[in-house]
Amino acid sequence: MAHNPGMELDMGWVNGAVVDLPAVNRRAATLLTKRTVKKSWQAAWLLRAVTCIDLTTLSGDDTVTNVQRLCFKACNPIRQDLLDAMGMGDYGITVGAVCVYSARVKDAVQSLKQAGGAAIPIASVATGFPAGQVPFETRLKEISMAVDLGATEIDIVISRDLALSGDWGKVYDEIKACKAACGENVHLKTILGTGDLGTLTNVYKASLVAMMAGSDFIKTSTGKEGVNATMPVGLTMVRAIREYFHKTGFKVGFKPAGGIRTAKDSCAWLALMKEELGDEWMRADLFRIGASSLLTDIERQLYHFVTGRYAAAHQLPMA
Amino acid sequence: MAGNLGSEIRRIFENMEYGPAPESADIAKKWLSQHKDSLGHFINGEWVKPENRKTYTTCSPATGEALADTIQGEEEDVNLAVSCAKTAFQSWSQLPAHTRARHLYAVARNVQKHHRLIAVIEALDNGKSIRETRDCDIPLVARHFYHYAGWAQLSDTEMREWKPVGVVGAIVPWNFPLMLSTWKVCPALAMGNTVVLKPATFTRLSALLFAEICHEAGLPPGVFNVVTGNGSFGSKLALHPDVDKVAFTGSTPVGQTLRRLTAGTGKKLSLELGGKSPVIVMDTADIDSAVEGIVDAVYFNQGQVCSAGSRLLVQENIFDDVIQRVKERLKHFRIGHSLDKAIDMGAIVSQAQYNTIKEYVDDARATGADVFQPDIPVPAKGFYYPPTLITNVQTVSRVVREEIFGPVLVALPFRTAKEAGNLGNNTNYGLAASVWSENLPTALELAITLKAGTVWVNCHNLFDAAAGFGGYRESGFGRDGGKEGLYEYVMPKWEQTTRHHVDIDVKTFGASFGSGTTPTPGQGGPSKSHLCPNGIQQPLVDHTYKVYYGGAQKRPDGCYSRPIYAAHDKQTIVAYVGDSNRKDVRNAVEAAHKAAPGWGKRAAHNRAQIVYYMAENLELRRQEIAQRISLLTGQTLENSFKEVDLSIQRLFYWGAYADKYGGNVQETTLYGCTVCIREPVGVVGIACPDEFPLLGFVSLFAPAIVRANCVVIIPSDKYPIPALDFYQVFDTSDLPAGVVNVLSGNKDHISKYLTEHQNVDAMWYFGSAEGSKFVEFTSAENVKRTWVNYGKERDWMDHDQGQGEEFLYHATQCKNIWMPMGTTFSN
Repeated sequence: MAHNPGMELDMGWVNGAVVDLPAVNRRAATLLTKRTVKKSWQAAWLLRAVTCIDLTTLSGDDTVTNVQRLCFKACNPIRQDLLDAMGMGDYGITVGAVCVYSARVKDAVQSLKQAGGAAIPIASVATGFPAGQVPFETRLKEISMAVDLGATEIDIVISRDLALSGDWGKVYDEIKACKAACGENVHLKTILGTGDLGTLTNVYKASLVAMMAGSDFIKTSTGKEGVNATMPVGLTMVRAIREYFHKTGFKVGFKPAGGIRTAKDSCAWLALMKEELGDEWMRADLFRIGASSLLTDIERQLYHFVTGRYAAAHQLPMA
Repeated sequence: MAGNLGSEIRRIFENMEYGPAPESADIAKKWLSQHKDSLGHFINGEWVKPENRKTYTTCSPATGEALADTIQGEEEDVNLAVSCAKTAFQSWSQLPAHTRARHLYAVARNVQKHHRLIAVIEALDNGKSIRETRDCDIPLVARHFYHYAGWAQLSDTEMREWKPVGVVGAIVPWNFPLMLSTWKVCPALAMGNTVVLKPATFTRLSALLFAEICHEAGLPPGVFNVVTGNGSFGSKLALHPDVDKVAFTGSTPVGQTLRRLTAGTGKKLSLELGGKSPVIVMDTADIDSAVEGIVDAVYFNQGQVCSAGSRLLVQENIFDDVIQRVKERLKHFRIGHSLDKAIDMGAIVSQAQYNTIKEYVDDARATGADVFQPDIPVPAKGFYYPPTLITNVQTVSRVVREEIFGPVLVALPFRTAKEAGNLGNNTNYGLAASVWSENLPTALELAITLKAGTVWVNCHNLFDAAAGFGGYRESGFGRDGGKEGLYEYVMPKWEQTTRHHVDIDVKTFGASFGSGTTPTPGQGGPSKSHLCPNGIQQPLVDHTYKVYYGGAQKRPDGCYSRPIYAAHDKQTIVAYVGDSNRKDVRNAVEAAHKAAPGWGKRAAHNRAQIVYYMAENLELRRQEIAQRISLLTGQTLENSFKEVDLSIQRLFYWGAYADKYGGNVQETTLYGCTVCIREPVGVVGIACPDEFPLLGFVSLFAPAIVRANCVVIIPSDKYPIPALDFYQVFDTSDLPAGVVNVLSGNKDHISKYLTEHQNVDAMWYFGSAEGSKFVEFTSAENVKRTWVNYGKERDWMDHDQGQGEEFLYHATQCKNIWMPMGTTFSN
């Protein structure tokens, strides 16, 4: 997996950022009319999307039961007969990671081991997800506890209050401290909470600050804001990733999350990565989709591709 | 599932390539086979296939595959179509506005009904991508019909002073075959005209299909006809005596030819021609968005767009960065068959156009330019040209100056916004421009500075029926779209349609200086004016009129004067006036250009005040000027007073309009603001009628200057003195130097040099039929706007004829500025 060491905060760069919302909206709208994949290409792309999913459950009623079910599904995301029919039965298709609350990391570790998927990364949200409105020390403490429990990736939220007041220095410092709390081997994914940031210019600035502070991924949203992973937001963030790569040589990953539910959506996001960043950013080490119900829709589409019929929900194992 | 599929999916899973995404051509093929792959003209509601016509086989540029045979029409086909259109005009023009609105509405609905078929036909025949025909061309066709159905409905109230002109001959190019046809057809039909359309040779199918759709929608026979033929067939249509208006979109050279062909005939003409539109990227721009805008600007429709942003101007501190990003962006381009839904560019329309593009780029390369073309797959068959970026060129380079009409972008750096404006305007064209900056004052000032009919701020190539599209300078005149587009298809209600045939020799017309009068003494009796103070008889102080430019009276360059006689007695010389020649024209035009920027920047209120002040000062001299008019023209003193009084009233009328015709907000589909600004035309040459020496003069210069033009005006040939007296009124009314310049002398001689002057933007000529023809013919050289009377007099005392919207139309040109809005996307 890519690793971003970060850099000194460069406020000149951050303050120079400007994003034209109408122009970004236009590109986001037309991009999807300019690219499409059909037939075998669609099936292959959907399988690739599966491998990039952070299969997620983040609910107040999460228990060991549904976390276990989720982990088993993560190891076997598509029905074996469908994979066989597509010649991919032996490919070892799994999702990119499972994503749970820090209190459920232990359940996930155990379940994945039982399901034979110990290699699948476990992402834990941390730092007072989703609002981040808890004292900073407890946020750091949550990270180190999740890591100790076996999380290999940490999804943190930035302090939107600091971002909105323009205190990018403080945002930078906090993310940097979180990165340190993660340690060497755990990947830091930073959620910008874009729906709380107001403008795309702020989204761009937050992306830059998060990358400068050493985030390995930048992620759109918690799924709990009013506006989640929309195409214009994604476009803005991947452009920031591209500029950061050009200036520093470091590749930072991208994770849209929240509101991505259809197979078609997942192909659109893959096309965005291909067009704006390149093929490298279409793999799980640099691209994840945070989702829960998306996988079901992809499995239905693949069922249709293989059989020519639309599946009933009960024919596919629920997550 | 076979093993092959397994390996295919595995391969795609690993390389994540795009696959084919074809749109089916079946529906288009079915329509063509209904016609046995052979199409005639569509005239008077039916297919017409005359015997013994040559045919033209139209092909798909994507593959070279033949699509259908079409007819090469001949003169009798034009005659038939025009006569049907003329007959249809009798009833169509008399229909209630609401009925015409229903017809246009029905066409819009039927276009939507056949959206997919039209989109496929257009993509197949032109080579452009199905995505563009589906998402741009055809939706705009429907939108135009809906919008103009509205203007048809409102024509009785909104266009009260106007009536249709008759039969419109529309000639359109191959780049947006149906969309550009619609831009002519909609306003023409809405205003009550009938149409004969000649589509371009390469792309005839969609127009023919559309004619059939209109017929299906219930449009009465003869109202809209389509004829096909070659270029000279188009000239036959334009020249047909019963064609009252020629509407053309296409290249500048063909537009110039049409101007010359129709000169002096009394036909209306509108031209939407070529361009070399700048894309200006300031360092305050969102650069990634600007790069995407560049893609929209110059690679849209393979760059075969008259408003293509083909000149990229980038602030020097971000130049390298922008170029790098454009190059990277182009590496993601996909080129392919027009029916593939996932391509960025299709094929060039023809082998000839492909060769032209290639020749330009090869030439640039040979002369040391840096030519970038991405290493992307290009289909082996078909006329595919890769997206191209050329740097290391300058203003002198051929690829920077000339329209290429292909996917070729040239890039130049600039230092400041001011220099960007200068570079942007350093072109013969003036169709469109875009400005990229997040700084509002910079963007707006550049939008105003650029001489172009459309300026997009932070976007490029957006179109809508509610905003006019058309050019400044050699990009043509007239507007397609918006309310402003209606004026190209109407004439004042009081006017009669007339056709004129005069022969002139354009080489010798007006060439001889001082013709008709010999500037020598001995032509009249000796001066009889005396004063007798204290019983001593002494002559009046000699008063010889000079010419007037740059705010001062100047001796004419030739040092010739011409005598002006009294009406009652050809022996009485009232005064000598200066006889102007081409150098006076040169000086006056220079003075006008010097004054123009300052005059344009004045507050409209200030321009109004000056014109009111003229009225005040004219009234002080009411008696004297009325007497002089009477002396010169032989009119009764009572009538002469009427002329002076009406002149004063007209100054008030135009003073009132100084701050009431600036433009409007266009209700386009843009989220944001589209503003139509009625800008001055620039420097206007005016030749006044002989009749009404004061009123004609005032009625013409006043509308021009209140709308911020500067004028070089030739007063009445016969009776110039009231206009020359007027320069004392100018001087006492605080009119800035150079705004009005008065050149007395021979009307046609001065008009010749004004019309031939490349820096005169418009010529208004009220004189002979011959002079009118000369002005229209000669104006073709730099595509000047003209307004001529074909030798017909108008009653300047009549309000309908001597003032009104017709004058405002000629005194302004519309610039539409598109300003998308918004910064906050969430809370």
